[in-house]
Amino acid sequence: MNFDLTEERQMLQDGLRRYLRENVTPEGLNEATDSDTGHSEKVWEGLTEMGVIGALFSEDDGGFGGAGFDLTVVFEEMGRAGVFEPLLETGVLAGGLIAALGSDAQKAQIEEIIGGKVLSFAHSEPRARYDLNHVETKATGGGDGWTLSGTKTVVGHAAIAEAFVVSARTAGDAADEDGISLFIVPADAEGLTIRDYPLNGGGRAGEVFLEDVTVPADALLGEAGQAFPAIEKAAARATAAISAEALGLMETIRALTVGYLQQRRQFGQPIGKFQALQHRMADVLIEIEQARSAVINLAGHLESPRAERERHVSATKNLIGRAGRLVAEESIQMHGGIGMTQEYALGHLAKRLTMVDHRFGDSDFHLERFIRLSAA
Amino acid sequence: MDLTYTDDQKAFRDEVRAFLDEKLPKRLSDKVAGGKRLTKEDYEDWHAILNAQGWLGVNWPKEHGGTGWDAVQRHIFEEETTRAHAPRIVPFGLNMLGPVLMKFGSKEQQAHYLPRILNGDDWWCQGYSEPGAGSDLASVKTTAVREGEHYIVNGQKTWTTLGQYANMIFCLVRTSKDGKPQEGISFLLIDMDTPGVTVRPIVLIDGEAEVNEVWFEDVKVPAENLVGEENKGWTYAKYLLTHERTNIAGVGFATSALANLKRIAGLEQSGGKPLIQNPFFAAKMAQVEIDLMAMATTNLRTIAAAAAGNAPGAESSMLKIKGTVIRQEINALTRQAVGPYAMPFVSEALDEGANVEPVGPGYALPATQSYFNNRKLSIYGGSNEVQRQIISKAILEL
Repeated sequence: MNFDLTEERQMLQDGLRRYLRENVTPEGLNEATDSDTGHSEKVWEGLTEMGVIGALFSEDDGGFGGAGFDLTVVFEEMGRAGVFEPLLETGVLAGGLIAALGSDAQKAQIEEIIGGKVLSFAHSEPRARYDLNHVETKATGGGDGWTLSGTKTVVGHAAIAEAFVVSARTAGDAADEDGISLFIVPADAEGLTIRDYPLNGGGRAGEVFLEDVTVPADALLGEAGQAFPAIEKAAARATAAISAEALGLMETIRALTVGYLQQRRQFGQPIGKFQALQHRMADVLIEIEQARSAVINLAGHLESPRAERERHVSATKNLIGRAGRLVAEESIQMHGGIGMTQEYALGHLAKRLTMVDHRFGDSDFHLERFIRLSAA
Repeated sequence: MDLTYTDDQKAFRDEVRAFLDEKLPKRLSDKVAGGKRLTKEDYEDWHAILNAQGWLGVNWPKEHGGTGWDAVQRHIFEEETTRAHAPRIVPFGLNMLGPVLMKFGSKEQQAHYLPRILNGDDWWCQGYSEPGAGSDLASVKTTAVREGEHYIVNGQKTWTTLGQYANMIFCLVRTSKDGKPQEGISFLLIDMDTPGVTVRPIVLIDGEAEVNEVWFEDVKVPAENLVGEENKGWTYAKYLLTHERTNIAGVGFATSALANLKRIAGLEQSGGKPLIQNPFFAAKMAQVEIDLMAMATTNLRTIAAAAAGNAPGAESSMLKIKGTVIRQEINALTRQAVGPYAMPFVSEALDEGANVEPVGPGYALPATQSYFNNRKLSIYGGSNEVQRQIISKAILEL
């Protein structure tokens, strides 16, 4: 039994934490939020230069990591700093799917991804909610190329993506697991349009509309109709990543809140001297430690057999959803009015943390799923 | 024990309903129901409609141009107006300052200010909280120094709701540093157009500039703008707070938010079925509805006691806590209900006439915004922690 990070991961964590502490400020985050690109080119370049994206890929794929704990180390630091760079979209989702399913020719792109090229994963659809198997977008064709039509929703960093991994149905009905295929579609493909907009909690996303978009036969990623297991696994890895991001957000929120409890005086003493608040902050601390263990549980089971892995996905995401709500709400409450403002650092972090429950399934979705998977 | 309204009360309710059917503009109720942004003019229009009917001074006595309604009638009015999605009555002049002037103001102040509140000539805002004086209101630091026929005011107020629309502000100011902090406070009326007054908006986490900071730099205020006696402001401030706490339970808001939640949960699909049929979600909705049903009756019990002449005491603290927790839970469930569409933040879509389509269903962004905005409910008007303290002292005598 050993819960220490390996030396390499410890170095990665230290370097990343130092870099982000020195380069990310609340003003910088606000600027990134207001910018057209919805992220910070400077931070993205910095992360790229540090080789952070390479930590998300295995050595076989040209990276130097790729395991669950590599993901969680990286994303915990992203959360700690409150940044919203396209790391998940390009490094875990689109890039991860290319690494999992791609031909040698397709995998050649991974080097560019590690070098900072942004791809995104256009999968979720207006009627899908959190169901990964719900795909209505259609792809027809085959050996001579494919034609795609449909709508993808809340696609992260869509407007800055150079290409998308797009899921589309080549067989079956909307909710079937079988019959889903993946395609690599360049952002400038004819018939592909994007409605770009900002997100609560920072960053931008887009609705991606595909109208008879044609791609060559070799745009197909993996076997036609057989993409669902890879999508599910990519979502499992993404869930580990954003759960770790949530944990990092919680850690920064905790530090801010404890600092405020010590510094803010009302009724002649620091409010942290009031037992009512001390007990509540203690509960917050306990839940954050639970969240840390939940992240470790999932990261340690990403390579387990499917049933075991997915049970951990739902267990972790359910707990992160519950803990995240408690931490966000209690930290705002204990700050009082200042916690309600956009200007103070807490607001952004608490919102971002709250939004984690709206990605890859909320706490109820995963509670129900956990029960179902446990009964199977 | 009778849980129903009397015939007179039912007749009153029908009268209110008929009035709302006829006079509440659809343009306004659509905006309120749709969670759209209300403008200053929207509030003013609604105030003018109520005033024309003689119904704007809801809790004012007839002698000052109010309705003279009893607590039950006021409750019915509040219930019906929220159900009909009327804009809220902006409370600062009507529910806060008005009652203070009636009780403690001079005849001249009453004659000058009260009609102006009803006619919409003045938009008041509240200068209570300061950066160092939130829940601990008695520690206000803004000073007013008497110089001849004027007070010279220096300091800063914060969380001034809708201060950007106001031309007048009522302030707690420190006129003496002697004795207990409560003993040196005065209640002063200040014209916002006076040189030295600066208003700076504060953007809240829902992205809206609803509250402000108000700065005072050597602001000259005529001494006649003092309400009551110098250094007795704490008494008036506390009196105001008991009026601020009318309708503190927010039953009407909770009821209409719950109806909105059920509507959304009926429209959202989860796993191929409406979300409202999902047993996990349905259980949470049922739980909060059950809490609301009981709280509505706790509220009515307090109202009945008030109608019988008993001044509300620490009961309002219970209602504040339970009422805000229930509303916040409904808001959290509504946010949860909209699923991934809680994320897009297309703020322009909330403006009337803006030609911007929402991303996903139109109810999604208001759901997220209400959730974030209403985190304030358990913070303002005496935080829920302060209310618990009041209960433990006043009722439990601990």
